[in-house]
Amino acid sequence: MMKRIVYREWRIPPARYWGILGILAVVAGIGGLAALYMEHEGHWVTGMNNSVVWGTPHVFAVFLIVAASGALNIASIGTVFGKAAYKPLGRLSGLLAAALLVGGLLVLVLDLGRPDRLIVAMTTYNFRSIFAWNIFLYTGFMVIVVAYLWSMADRMGAPFYKGIGIFAFAWRLALTTGTGSIFGFIVARQAFDTAFLAPMFVIMSFAYGLAIYLLVLLFTFEQEGRVLGDRLLRRLKNLLGVFVAAILYFTVVYFLTKLYGAKNYELVGWVLLNGGAYTAVFWIGWVLIGGLAPLGILYHPELGKDRNWIAAACALVILGGLATMYVVIIASQAFPLQMFPGQIVLEATPAAGILGEAATYSPSLPEFLLGLGGVAVALLITAVGVRVLQFLPESLADQAVPADEQAQAPALAGA
Amino acid sequence: MNHHEDKIDGERRAFFGVAAGVSAGLVAPGVVLHAVSAAPRSEPVTDAVRWGLLIDTTKCADGCRACVDACDQENGLDLQSKPEGQSEAEWDRQKSVWIRKVKLQDNQTGRVTNLPLMCQHCEHPPCVDVCPTGASFKRADGIVMVDRHTCIGCRYCMMACPYKARSFIHETIHGQLTRVPRGKGCVESCNLCVHRRDFGTASTACVDACAAEGHNALTFGDLNDPESPISQALKAMPSRQIREDLALNTGVRYSGI
Repeated sequence: MMKRIVYREWRIPPARYWGILGILAVVAGIGGLAALYMEHEGHWVTGMNNSVVWGTPHVFAVFLIVAASGALNIASIGTVFGKAAYKPLGRLSGLLAAALLVGGLLVLVLDLGRPDRLIVAMTTYNFRSIFAWNIFLYTGFMVIVVAYLWSMADRMGAPFYKGIGIFAFAWRLALTTGTGSIFGFIVARQAFDTAFLAPMFVIMSFAYGLAIYLLVLLFTFEQEGRVLGDRLLRRLKNLLGVFVAAILYFTVVYFLTKLYGAKNYELVGWVLLNGGAYTAVFWIGWVLIGGLAPLGILYHPELGKDRNWIAAACALVILGGLATMYVVIIASQAFPLQMFPGQIVLEATPAAGILGEAATYSPSLPEFLLGLGGVAVALLITAVGVRVLQFLPESLADQAVPADEQAQAPALAGA
Repeated sequence: MNHHEDKIDGERRAFFGVAAGVSAGLVAPGVVLHAVSAAPRSEPVTDAVRWGLLIDTTKCADGCRACVDACDQENGLDLQSKPEGQSEAEWDRQKSVWIRKVKLQDNQTGRVTNLPLMCQHCEHPPCVDVCPTGASFKRADGIVMVDRHTCIGCRYCMMACPYKARSFIHETIHGQLTRVPRGKGCVESCNLCVHRRDFGTASTACVDACAAEGHNALTFGDLNDPESPISQALKAMPSRQIREDLALNTGVRYSGI
């Protein structure tokens, strides 16, 4: 018989709750001040320049946007793929997806040279631009997620649950494909210029979204003493392992496709061997912290059962994800444009970005604070959401979670 | 109903007639004069012409910066000032540059080439494709430029440009020229002295400066007109586009590279 899933507001003691909210609000506020400072002074106060035009804010923004679509994946597994055990996880999945997207978009928008012209971006479109498509993909995503949540939580919406769920899944794939294509469609730069980036971003979104989801789930349940069953947690952490391994596979294939053309030998050699800080961030951040280390923890016979270690693995996936974005976005811009093959540039005035060496970029504090502010906003929305509405299931104990065969209708109790 | 109101008031009609006539008489000369004075600029740009540049690198002198300096003066880039507290090296990477002087050496032969590098005014510009608002646009006459009213400063065009031709205005502007308005937070690049095009002037600042130095390495003109000096020169000597592999059909051509 199907278990009744009861959802309840997150009722941790007010002092602790307001403490968490206060810290997040302060971090978000500092991020806002950093944005104001950069907007007022101009971008000269950042490390960005005419060669590396997208910096640390974009690392955070793209990471959050990619993670947002990945966070919705948990709900999709329940709805589209009919895994009943994932159904109780759907509401938090939708909330996190919306929250992360808002955080990411805020960072992106606040880093514009003219954030005051946001209305222009919303009213004047060039439909050849993948950026313009993305504006619709992002706003559409928000609307669909809200509808999805409604279909999960309201009896009136229940008949549409499956349909909206399938549509949301298709939309989130389109969204991440669009985000990856922002880079993939750039023919001018050797590190981009490949459609491979779109599926690679999709696979990254699976891992980053799930890692954030798991951390939030572990934290909220632990704080309030709700039960999270070992069986469900094992499934989730194993799934994270599969996604992390898939990222490593995509990483290998990405560099192999680049190596196939002789013109890209230098690029691959630079990123993997002699790119200085970028090479370090690639191997230590992308591969070790974001890949091998969490894999080792998640599949370790002992550590893989320990909740603290699972949480650590999730944190590593997130840190590794930020490192990955740093390499994908910034190293790709720093690598010199190949304008004169077979020739070396002896002199250039100004030299920046034209001489055959990598462009310079050093992340600045305001950029970092803006990025962190976006993360805080996402968590702030989540914290308020779970407190005032019924997003979290009262129990995810193994006996409370339905078996996969029981995936028929959304669990409405407690709505 | 009041009978009086139905009657047409002749005096009132006459007054309106005179008033309209006097107003028209006062306004019309202004309208006409305005239209006459603005004639070259009020006609829409057509694709009957396609503006382009030919750079003969064999004539481009080592160490000469005449084109760069002329561009800076023409477009008010020499009015840029380093923000207080910024390092020289960082400012060098952030200030606006429309033309770069580049010196190349062939790996195989050791042959040295000098050339100016600016926006290549592609027929199929990647910067125009990627711009979300359409601020980065190509005029009918082939000039690729930025509409500073709709640019939101996202810098996607700078990511997409294969020539690193674009600059982002990183600082508050303190001095600028009326003919080249500039503003913090927008992207800009060479626009083939578009203000000169609109006033019907023959060439660009860089071309004039190069000629004044006696090098004559630069030729400006209409690529669509087979009789124009640039078309004649392109017919006479072999020329190339930078990054021909992208098939962008650039409006700026180089010979001797």
